[in-house]
Amino acid sequence: MKKIEAIIQPFKLDEVKEALKSIGIDGMTIGDVRGHGRQKGHKEVYRGQEYNVDLLPKVKLEMVVPASRLEEVVRTLTAAARTGKIGDGKIFVYDVAEAIRIRNDDRGESAL
Amino acid sequence: MGPAMRTSLKLCCLMPFLMPAALFAQAAPDLASRISTLEAAAKSAQSAGDNAWMLISSALVLMMTGPGLALFYGGLVRRKNVLGTMMQSFILMAVVTVVWAVVGYSLAFGGSSLFIGDFRFALLHHVGSAPNADYAATIPQQTFMVYQLMFAIITPALISGAFAERMKFSAMLLFTVLWSLIVYFPMAHMVWGKGGLLNAFLGGKVPCFDFAGGTVVHITSGVSALVCALYLGKRLGYPEVPMKPHSLVLSFIGACLLWVGWFGFNAGSALAASPLATSAFVATHFGAAAAALGWIAAEWIENGKPSVLGGISGSVAGLVAITPASGFVQPFPALLIGLCAGVVCYLMVTRVKRMFGYDDSLDAFGVHGAGGTLGALLTGVFATNAVNDALKDSAGRTMPLGLVDGNGAQVLNQLIGCAVAWALAIAGTLVILKVCDMTVGLRASSEQEIEGLDVALHGEEGYIFEG
Repeated sequence: MKKIEAIIQPFKLDEVKEALKSIGIDGMTIGDVRGHGRQKGHKEVYRGQEYNVDLLPKVKLEMVVPASRLEEVVRTLTAAARTGKIGDGKIFVYDVAEAIRIRNDDRGESAL
Repeated sequence: MGPAMRTSLKLCCLMPFLMPAALFAQAAPDLASRISTLEAAAKSAQSAGDNAWMLISSALVLMMTGPGLALFYGGLVRRKNVLGTMMQSFILMAVVTVVWAVVGYSLAFGGSSLFIGDFRFALLHHVGSAPNADYAATIPQQTFMVYQLMFAIITPALISGAFAERMKFSAMLLFTVLWSLIVYFPMAHMVWGKGGLLNAFLGGKVPCFDFAGGTVVHITSGVSALVCALYLGKRLGYPEVPMKPHSLVLSFIGACLLWVGWFGFNAGSALAASPLATSAFVATHFGAAAAALGWIAAEWIENGKPSVLGGISGSVAGLVAITPASGFVQPFPALLIGLCAGVVCYLMVTRVKRMFGYDDSLDAFGVHGAGGTLGALLTGVFATNAVNDALKDSAGRTMPLGLVDGNGAQVLNQLIGCAVAWALAIAGTLVILKVCDMTVGLRASSEQEIEGLDVALHGEEGYIFEG
């Protein structure tokens, strides 16, 4: 099992969700986060006082998928989240040791 | 048949139309009494109209403090201080009201001495439904009293923009009570009170035109704000730590409420539902409009972006500057005054504040001190008897008012008025701050300031979205 952690542009969230749903992935956890990589922030001015805003709003998606589906999911996700401009975000992939469904003690891939 | 009918029967027994004849017979003998009845009715109708407008104006001016100023200032601070900041405006609606009832109204409008009133109206003694002809002959004195109270409330509330996010609530309470007594009431008496030093219409030595409070409200509050900002020092981390306004949406709503409320402030200062009130209404609106454009234009040129905060700040600056002039100037000079205020106040809060490095957190000085002074001086330039003919010489002829009427000396009088307001504000505020500092202490502790005044001083949070 693999855990996919994707940090994407907030306005791409709906497209990404739709794309994943179309290949049968509909379980995920998302959260509003702030951050930046190579992308520079922007300048805001309030009554002449300048602020450089470098932590920008992003959305983080987390999902765990069977290892066999990893490539397909990552491909779908990148395609849907990409604008081609700086700031599109990143995807990190982790190994997952175990998954347990709390309701009925299902274990492993059947718990996903 | 009533007794009147029987009388008319005796007088006009030959006439067949008894009813009209009876009425005529009753009215004819006493034309004088009919006229006096009509006069009383006309007077009462005017009084009713004037009183209606003045009560509405009073409510509009209160609306400027809460919610107007509370929202405007509340949105400009950080999220952790939104309630503390709103409270600094709101609590004055209660505190100043009590002070005003006990001695404030009397110290501002009782008697006819040079610098301050007396105690004749203390505890609102003799302040009832009969008009006070010195100030407003057509409305109950109680209406005049409550209208003026709303000005006494908003003026110290304006100062809170300078010490926002760091002053103790207890210190703020003591400060504003003392400030009302030592700065506001004397200044209101000098400019608007009978026999006051600067009064233009009721026997002042240096006639200074201040229709709705350029000196009394905006210079006193704005200059005191600067003194407070300097005395208290900067907020922790200013200017390195970002202190962005937490909600310009709140500030936007507040500024628009201020704009509307200002019609009560300025047009209400005619103290009657008169053509002068209309003229002041128009000048007020035009001043605000031009100033919003002036500030936005300056900002657009300098930063490449016209901001909402710039627009609303500009409109407030224009309203401030047109306040002393509103009952004296025509619409196009009002536009010009507004435009100047928009650009000047923009430069004050950007260039001048940065140059000197003081932390006037919400720009109470940059907008009210600077805008008020500019407006008071330009009133001396553009005041004209074509708008306001209340100033008459001994022969009853209308006197020239400002430079445009050929009375250049008025600009000097305005300058003296400004100087008195500046001096009183600086000296009074310094003394009061010293007293507060030595008794209750001025600043919240640095732990409280970091935690935020809402939780630290009031035990609550502005935004709770759970549950």
